[in-house]
Amino acid sequence: MKILQQGDPPLAYEFYLRGRKQGYNPYVMSIQNLLRTASLLIGSLFLGATNAQHDGHDHGTAEATAHTTEAHATTAHAEEGHVKERFNAGKLIMDHIGDEHGWHLFGHTTLPLPVILYDTQRGLQVFSSSRFDHGHASYNGYALVDHEVVAVADAKANGHAPFTVDEVATKAIWDISITKNVLSLFISLTVLVIIFLTVAKAYTRRAGQAPAGLQNLVEPIILFVRDDVAKSAIGEKKYMKYMPYLLTAFFFIFLNNLMGLVPFFPGGANLTGNIAVTLVMALITFIIVTVNGNKHYWGHIFAMPGVPGWVLAILTPVEILGMFLKPFVLMIRLFANITAGHIIALSFFSLIFVFGETSTGAGLGVGVFSLAFTIFMTMLELLVAFIQAYVFTFLSAMYIGSAVEEPHHH
Amino acid sequence: MLLASLVEPSFGLIFWMTLSFLAVLFILAKFAWKPILQGLKDREASIADALNKAEQARAENALMMAKNEDLMRQAREERELLLKEARDIRDKEIAGAKAKAKAEGDALLARAREDIRNEKNAAITEMKNSVAELSILVAERILKEKLGDAAAQKALVDKVMAEADMRKS
Repeated sequence: MKILQQGDPPLAYEFYLRGRKQGYNPYVMSIQNLLRTASLLIGSLFLGATNAQHDGHDHGTAEATAHTTEAHATTAHAEEGHVKERFNAGKLIMDHIGDEHGWHLFGHTTLPLPVILYDTQRGLQVFSSSRFDHGHASYNGYALVDHEVVAVADAKANGHAPFTVDEVATKAIWDISITKNVLSLFISLTVLVIIFLTVAKAYTRRAGQAPAGLQNLVEPIILFVRDDVAKSAIGEKKYMKYMPYLLTAFFFIFLNNLMGLVPFFPGGANLTGNIAVTLVMALITFIIVTVNGNKHYWGHIFAMPGVPGWVLAILTPVEILGMFLKPFVLMIRLFANITAGHIIALSFFSLIFVFGETSTGAGLGVGVFSLAFTIFMTMLELLVAFIQAYVFTFLSAMYIGSAVEEPHHH
Repeated sequence: MLLASLVEPSFGLIFWMTLSFLAVLFILAKFAWKPILQGLKDREASIADALNKAEQARAENALMMAKNEDLMRQAREERELLLKEARDIRDKEIAGAKAKAKAEGDALLARAREDIRNEKNAAITEMKNSVAELSILVAERILKEKLGDAAAQKALVDKVMAEADMRKS
């Protein structure tokens, strides 16, 4: 109703905006999104089930699987030679798309990262993640269980798994460690700063001249964000104020999506597929929208003009819900798309080892198909990397646009 | 459980993400996006300006061409006019000269005629006089010769008298 009253923009755009408000995405990618979300959910259920089973049966031998990777899965068995342990695809995938203290580089080599804990009882604690020995050992009263730092009962002893978790003391821990994702975040942000400070220098040094080098690479994207995202969604008059956020968000998401596709250090972290990251970004969009919302915007939320009182009683709660739903959908979409991509690619790889367990020949045979599918998926992910960065930025711009829009008529 | 950890945002990452993302946003906004966007805007403005100027120059050029054309046309018209005037003047002069010549000729002719007439009259008069004198002279000679004989004189007188009578009657 509100949207139809706005008049000016073309009809397709109206429907798009209205669709967005209801959490439905009539965008071209909607089918793909749907498939991805569905596959994520189904995959997660399946993986969740196998994990539960797994957790039940080998809590005692957690050391063998704590740092399982596809490379390890086979070598570890051969070396240790104890009870034949089945390859667990669910755990492998979850380990890869999740976060960890320490960055597994290859084989048995892991880059130790600083663990930083603020313990409300014991103060600030800083030590290397190598002290945990991949979750096998406790250090100074802390240990890793399922990649999370917990407090263990005998605080002074540097014991070995299994640990007795001290639930009360664990609640006092605020874990601000430099984890794999945090390091990846720092690396990507550093890359962004270096790239754009260099480019900015080129703009001041070669003012008025045709772009060259790195400038050439990013200028079309900057222009795309400016003309097709900011200007079209926010409007000619007010877009400039929001350009820094939109550009930073776009390039941050795009770069991290791409880095997530690189299978080895410094790529490989699933940063944009981490809900904490998408949460912060969606929250920033939400804050910008809420802080910049004008009378027109709030008027349409709390008292839609031209709507009878009894309808308002229904409409206002819906509008208020919509206010929070918009950033929530932003958060979920990016997270789900990127995580789903990682899950699918890793699932294809896992197939090789699942079949390899029955016979080496089957593993190799499946490997050919898995490889082909993974290549296809990676190609698709390259596209998705751009599209998701675009969609996040475009929707943010659209929400900002609806918040700062001036009433045209009535 | 692992799945739960996937959809449950971890405090540490939120903390670092907020801190570092905002820091980078600030740094880029101040030191990268501002000069980049300004540079783009300036370049676009200068290009638009250059295009405008080119358009203006083109328009000016066209105007000048039109002016030139106009001048040429005017000059051509003027030339035509001058030529026409000259032709008219020439025609008029020729006509005038012709008329004058004719008048002069006519006058000359008239005078010549007058002269001729005068000359003729004079000649006639002179001839008359000469004839008269000659007649007298002849008459005198004849008279001198013939009147010596009285009979002949009588015959002559008679003849003259007869002729005179004949003329009278």
